[in-house]
Amino acid sequence: MGIEILGLPMMYYIAMVAKVLLAFVFVLLTVAYATYAERKIIGHMQVRLGPMRTGWHGLLQPIADGLKLFFKEEIIPSQASTFAFLVAPLIALIPAFITFAVIPFGGVIEVAGYKIPLQIAAYYDTTAGQVFDVNVGVLYILAMSSLGVYGIVLAGWASNSKYSLMGGLRASAQMISYELAAGLSIIAVFMLSGTLSLTKIVELQSGMGGFEWYLFKQPLAAFMFFICSLAEINRTPFDLPEAETELVSGFCTEYSSMKYAMFFMAEYANMVTVCALTVTLFLGGWNGPLTNAMPLLGPVYFVAKVYFLMFVCMWIRATLPRYRYDQLMHLGWKVFIPVALVNIVVTGIIGYFL
Amino acid sequence: METLFFLIISLVAIVSAILVITCKNPINSALALIMTFFCLATYYVMLDAPFMAAVQVMVYAGAIMVLMVFTIMLLNVRVDASKKHSHKLIFGTIVGFFTLINIVVVLVKSRAALPTGPYTGDMIKNIGHTELIGREIFTNFLLPFEITSILLLVAIVGAVILAKKKI
Repeated sequence: MGIEILGLPMMYYIAMVAKVLLAFVFVLLTVAYATYAERKIIGHMQVRLGPMRTGWHGLLQPIADGLKLFFKEEIIPSQASTFAFLVAPLIALIPAFITFAVIPFGGVIEVAGYKIPLQIAAYYDTTAGQVFDVNVGVLYILAMSSLGVYGIVLAGWASNSKYSLMGGLRASAQMISYELAAGLSIIAVFMLSGTLSLTKIVELQSGMGGFEWYLFKQPLAAFMFFICSLAEINRTPFDLPEAETELVSGFCTEYSSMKYAMFFMAEYANMVTVCALTVTLFLGGWNGPLTNAMPLLGPVYFVAKVYFLMFVCMWIRATLPRYRYDQLMHLGWKVFIPVALVNIVVTGIIGYFL
Repeated sequence: METLFFLIISLVAIVSAILVITCKNPINSALALIMTFFCLATYYVMLDAPFMAAVQVMVYAGAIMVLMVFTIMLLNVRVDASKKHSHKLIFGTIVGFFTLINIVVVLVKSRAALPTGPYTGDMIKNIGHTELIGREIFTNFLLPFEITSILLLVAIVGAVILAKKKI
């Protein structure tokens, strides 16, 4: 480990690359199998079987779908704005993936005498003896998710089709409104934690065998944040932008082949990120029994919690019908934002007297 | 390493800034402007100001530019812009020239490049950029902060009155 590059030990670079690859592969695999799990779970909830033909109980279905989309014909509408049409799926996909960089998925593990925090954008400073991460982690996630709007707006506009434009406009109005509500609802958490760094927020929730979770201290904020996030990533019951019955498929009507697949991946990657963020902020992150003795259990708990929340997302999709547009706006602006503001004030008052 | 990174980002920033004014399609100009804002955010990160970077992306790239893109989309600005107006070009050149002189004079004459004051990189790293900004805003700069918030409130009320005439 004696080799140093630009003042940092070789292990630093190896660990970074390994963490990036690990998280990326994890998100990709989860995205692929989330589509399968969603069809299977909703199928069983509606007393159907879901995919059964490809492989044992349809296990190879995501691979078959991927291959199918990959070899489909690429169609660019002749009246479309080519540049915007081509970059839109990328703009939608990239923020969905890079938000994962600041989410801690485990504690500090030690490999060959070198301490590695299990969070991509973090390193262990041996002289200070503590982990340094992006100390505006949550703001970074909010900033990136606000960039994801462009992918959808551009896709809707560039397709030069009425359905796409309607879908794009609806999507952006919805995402902007709910971004505000989501942002306001987690301010109450920062008032308790006193930091924006996700590592520290997870540490603060580690005590009392799970009863220090912000879910118990801020139940309203947790509930609102999860609902608003569902709306922000256009999941059911807020999937108006892609309402099949009225808008064909919304902003991605004109897309085909891999570009369509990218939008699809972006939606599921957003779901993974939102669930991971909710776990980190409210469900104690990677904390769980015995994580001090065995640090490798951290990622296991983290993944289990994320998968549970993703199951809840699918459950909601199987249960609830879609909102109407005016109901959606009413809920966002006249219910969630005022309640979030009241929650901040109440938290402040209680915090002042405690 | 940092210098190389700075140069790459600068190149991207300048190229996208040029694209803002040369693109024929207004949406593409808007996209280039977002790219420029993003590069500015990267500079803030390099200056140990992560909070500013996040706010830059959230407010400028995330909120203001979305509104601009909305406006362009809804007004449906045509790609084939009308004839070039020569007087715009002349005045633009004059203003740009004087701005350039201004910037050069400021950079050469003053100590804009040297960090002054108590806030060093180490201090920001130890205390945290967000905490420092928050403390300053709510103590030393409380009055300007409150005045700004009143200004924003006036703007919100104005927007509501313009949008809903029958209240």
